[in-house]
Amino acid sequence: MRLLTHNMLSSNIKGVTNGFPLRIEAEKVVEKVVEMNADFLKKMFEKIDWKAFADASRAMGYAELPEEADSSMLESDEFLQRYHHALLELHLEEGALICPETGRRFPVNKGIPNMLLHEDEV
Amino acid sequence: MKLKQLEGLLGGLQQFPRPKVELEQYPTGPHIASRMLYTAENSFDDVSNKVVADFGCGCGTLGVAAALLGAEHVVGFDVDPESLEIASLNAEALELDMDFIQSNVMDLQWRGRVVDTVIMNPPFGTRKKGADMDFLSVALKVASEAVYSLHKTSTRDHVKRAALRDFNASNAEVLCELRYDVPQLYKFHKKKEVDIAVDLWRFVPASL
Repeated sequence: MRLLTHNMLSSNIKGVTNGFPLRIEAEKVVEKVVEMNADFLKKMFEKIDWKAFADASRAMGYAELPEEADSSMLESDEFLQRYHHALLELHLEEGALICPETGRRFPVNKGIPNMLLHEDEV
Repeated sequence: MKLKQLEGLLGGLQQFPRPKVELEQYPTGPHIASRMLYTAENSFDDVSNKVVADFGCGCGTLGVAAALLGAEHVVGFDVDPESLEIASLNAEALELDMDFIQSNVMDLQWRGRVVDTVIMNPPFGTRKKGADMDFLSVALKVASEAVYSLHKTSTRDHVKRAALRDFNASNAEVLCELRYDVPQLYKFHKKKEVDIAVDLWRFVPASL
């Protein structure tokens, strides 16, 4: 699972009001190189919750993103490279996503988070 | 990529080894899947450089088609872990980076509209009534640009009415009518193979 996916999903347990962001417990992170698409990154910048993204990247063992970012940084190639790497090249392979409100663990195996709910959580 | 080439690649994907009737698992054939995504890309520019979600992705055919046509990020959602494992192998075999989430589409919570385009071949609701409309309702809340979906032609008026009136779509258009051949997968199928008419729809969600 890439951090772009992480950035769009909230905890879905019934009754949870602040389900975003899911906390990441990383046991294994893999990197897969993909070509950078600057236009895509610029467009996504408007939609990303940066704070959650930067925190998530640190949980994945990558500490090169600034705490805060504004659109003027998109002019810098170095910034784009780091943003690209964290958003699209890091994959959470094994570990868990944790609901920030209830602490419920959603396990991640072979890169696939299991977000199926139990009967009493729907 | 040419249509024929896309159809050929999709034809090589692995499909459900043991289809589950309760989930209405019918593979999306390469003919339909290739036309659906080819149209989305070439007529509407809804695939390349986009974030695409495949709802009820099964073995990943539609999502793989989107990735092959240059979608920047594709996420497939399904409840069935066996299907997701195959979908993930299908993506790997074609060297595509795709994400998969095991979840019921109806139970997800989304932060904002990060997804541009939703593509889906929903359960037609023959086993669980209204399942396809439940999928459509969620898709129109998640997508920011367009939703592509297949529904039985016999339900065309109902789909249009629900999309525009109940799900707040700003546009609902049948792009073409296709033949969906349902092979004899399950014991309750009496005929060897049946052809049902399905519509390929494009819906535009209400602007925010």
